[in-house]
Amino acid sequence: MTALTTTGWWRDESREPLRRNLGLIGVLVALFGIGAIIRPDLYGDPQWVVDNTLVILQQAAAIGVVTVGMTFVIIGGGIDLSVGALIALAGVWSTTVATQSFGAGGMIFTAIIVGVLAGLVNGVLIAYGRLVPFIATLAMLVAARGLAAQISGKQTQVSNDQFINGLASSKVLGIPSLVLVLLAVAGLGWVLLNRTTFGRRTVAIGGNQEAARLAGINVRRHTMLLYALSGLCCGIAAIMLTSLATSSQAAAAELYELDAIAAAIIGGTLLSGGRGTVTGSLIGVVVFATITNLFAIANLPTEVQNMVKGGIIVFAVLVQQLKFKSVKQLLTRT
Amino acid sequence: MTTTEPDVILRLSNVVKDFPGVRALDGVELEVRAGEVHCLLGQNGAGKSTLIKVLAGVHKADAGTVEWLGEPVSFANPQAAMKAGIATIYQELDLVDDMSVAENVFLGHEPRKFGFVLPGQAARNTTTILRRLGHAEVPPRRLVRALPNAGKQLVSMARALSHEAKLIIMDEPSAVLAHDEVANLFRIIRDLTAQGIAVVYISHRLEEIREIGDRVTVLRDGQTSAVNLPARTTPTRDLVSRMTGRNIEYVFPPRPETERGELLLEVENLSRDNEFHDVSLKVHGGEIVGIAGLVGSGRSELLETIFGARRADSGSITMSGKPLRGSVATAVRAGLGMAPEERKSQALLLGEPVYRNMTLTTFSRIARFGFTDADREQRESMAVADQLELRPRDVRRSVSTLSGGNQQKVVVGRWLLGGTKLLILDEPTRGVDIGARAELYQVIRQLTAQGVGVLLVSSEVPEVLGLADRVLVMREGRVVRQADAGQLTEDDVLDLVMAGSLDTSGEEAA
Repeated sequence: MTALTTTGWWRDESREPLRRNLGLIGVLVALFGIGAIIRPDLYGDPQWVVDNTLVILQQAAAIGVVTVGMTFVIIGGGIDLSVGALIALAGVWSTTVATQSFGAGGMIFTAIIVGVLAGLVNGVLIAYGRLVPFIATLAMLVAARGLAAQISGKQTQVSNDQFINGLASSKVLGIPSLVLVLLAVAGLGWVLLNRTTFGRRTVAIGGNQEAARLAGINVRRHTMLLYALSGLCCGIAAIMLTSLATSSQAAAAELYELDAIAAAIIGGTLLSGGRGTVTGSLIGVVVFATITNLFAIANLPTEVQNMVKGGIIVFAVLVQQLKFKSVKQLLTRT
Repeated sequence: MTTTEPDVILRLSNVVKDFPGVRALDGVELEVRAGEVHCLLGQNGAGKSTLIKVLAGVHKADAGTVEWLGEPVSFANPQAAMKAGIATIYQELDLVDDMSVAENVFLGHEPRKFGFVLPGQAARNTTTILRRLGHAEVPPRRLVRALPNAGKQLVSMARALSHEAKLIIMDEPSAVLAHDEVANLFRIIRDLTAQGIAVVYISHRLEEIREIGDRVTVLRDGQTSAVNLPARTTPTRDLVSRMTGRNIEYVFPPRPETERGELLLEVENLSRDNEFHDVSLKVHGGEIVGIAGLVGSGRSELLETIFGARRADSGSITMSGKPLRGSVATAVRAGLGMAPEERKSQALLLGEPVYRNMTLTTFSRIARFGFTDADREQRESMAVADQLELRPRDVRRSVSTLSGGNQQKVVVGRWLLGGTKLLILDEPTRGVDIGARAELYQVIRQLTAQGVGVLLVSSEVPEVLGLADRVLVMREGRVVRQADAGQLTEDDVLDLVMAGSLDTSGEEAA
């Protein structure tokens, strides 16, 4: 065209993630406001607010770790439906009597190895076996839950390890350890995505797989690694959940895949790949955890809570398409 | 045709269309008569697409008048334009791949009774329309997915006729077609105009406008720089100067009288089943080797095999004396680079800034210990942008906002950054306007002056002859002639390319 479009910095396309994150933080503020209206007695107490915030983050920690891995997979153009099942498998495997005999180190090692190896199986099937990610990870979902039930004999396996069990209740500098784990994983994820060649390859493959391939990027190997990364996050999350419950079972982390995908999507990760941020996903997780917390405080039933969550997902995707132009444009377009 | 002065069916005067910050159309005039082929010529960004969208009811003009069949109109939406008799065939054909031909033709206005669609009726009507287009042999129940591009275009035209269109707008219809399919398209267009239907034809290719067009309107910077020029007799120089605002006397840079460098690429007896057979070629540093051939002659497959994106069945590829084993990564390491045929789908990350597109092959090398260095990437990209005269010269801008020619520069620039010794260019000027083409030719020449070897494929014979030092002519997967560019004329090449394909084209036309 004849002239360049001159608009404010907030319209700049590269500011898109920042804009969206500010929007999500606005949602958090609104949720806080609702809480303050419902229970002014609690929200008026600064100490309670701090404690409650830590409770929310504690509850968001495991799913947050999984969402970081999921964000990478989705940006890379894939999807991982098996995360909940992998957590259950890694959790059960790491709490068998035999594994527990090796102590906390052995349990953590086992959970992570199981997660990574199962993720690698996903990755090999998708990258080299050319299975559609949806199908491959759906199959893994079913199989991993089955294997977890087999290993545990459908019993709840109690953890007897003091370190693991104490992790969830311990604090460092006043911050719960699990929240620190989440922050560490998210921080490493951010660096990995934004500052390393691994992250750049992820964006390139998700944005245009053919272009990445013709630029000499080893698309298959990288795709495989993405699922292994997701599996690694599942292994970490498995330890966190075991610590919270001081036990593991084959039915653990039910529907985590949906929560992780939803959090990534409302955080601005494009389901078709090529775009997304770790920060956005993290805020997405916190938004969902805050809603759960708010409903618990207000003593409202979980059914309503799920409906609200569904509404928020739809709203977030609508906003994604709208790009803040005008409501009129949204309604009149064909 | 007995009428002395054909009726004007469409008249635009002083049409203006503003977008935020941009005036896309700034007083456009257009007059289309019944039964004529009216060509619309203009560089990328001249406003052709916007103009089409105004006619198709996608955009509304902000000022000026659109007169259709003598009445001033303003279409509220594409359906209204369609109903009024204006059909548009976009470059990206808007067909549903998994529906049948008939379902596509009658999409949105299926023949029905009591609310039930009548597939039989639709199929019969479709056959009637296809017969009008001279292609009664296309089965109406065949899935559109199974049709070649030419067939899909036919379905789009059938859809237009199903709406009783009096004006059909075709946006670069030949871009997706092979040479012989274009001839067929022209035959259909002639049939349409003989029935009194007007066609607005948009193309970059002057020779097509000469062949099929009646009158030409030229757009430049949102304004009409010339209206109603005779399509056959207006000198090329006039058309080009009205499009670009300048005269391009020598489109192709002169061939330098230098010795060619060392042997870079040597391909021997390379074959791939059903694609190409027994191809041997050599490319030296500092020379441009051009491959001429039709779509389907195996040329793109050959390039992709050399680049390691496909595996050869037999034969060998050596680069600077070392054998290449079929993988893109090894080819890139050996100093090969490729600008593929489909820029948007095969080369660019449209959501990413220019510099990240430029460093797509080099960011790993620029990175330290796996950590990317965005500052250095931007600096190095900027240097290449300067060298290629990228416009606008801003490497942080999203690559999707660039014109086709500048996007191509980004793809070529990617390989300059990598210190590429041999560059493979597949249709480097497709969808690039004439002004930007001349610049690209200059860029390619400059590269060879630096010792880079270039292997070029183009379906435009004058481009291969004008740019390359040596020319290979391919037909049906075989190299049928190899000669210095100076020893071949366009007619020679066309004869070689077309010979033997006569019986197949006869089959298709039947």
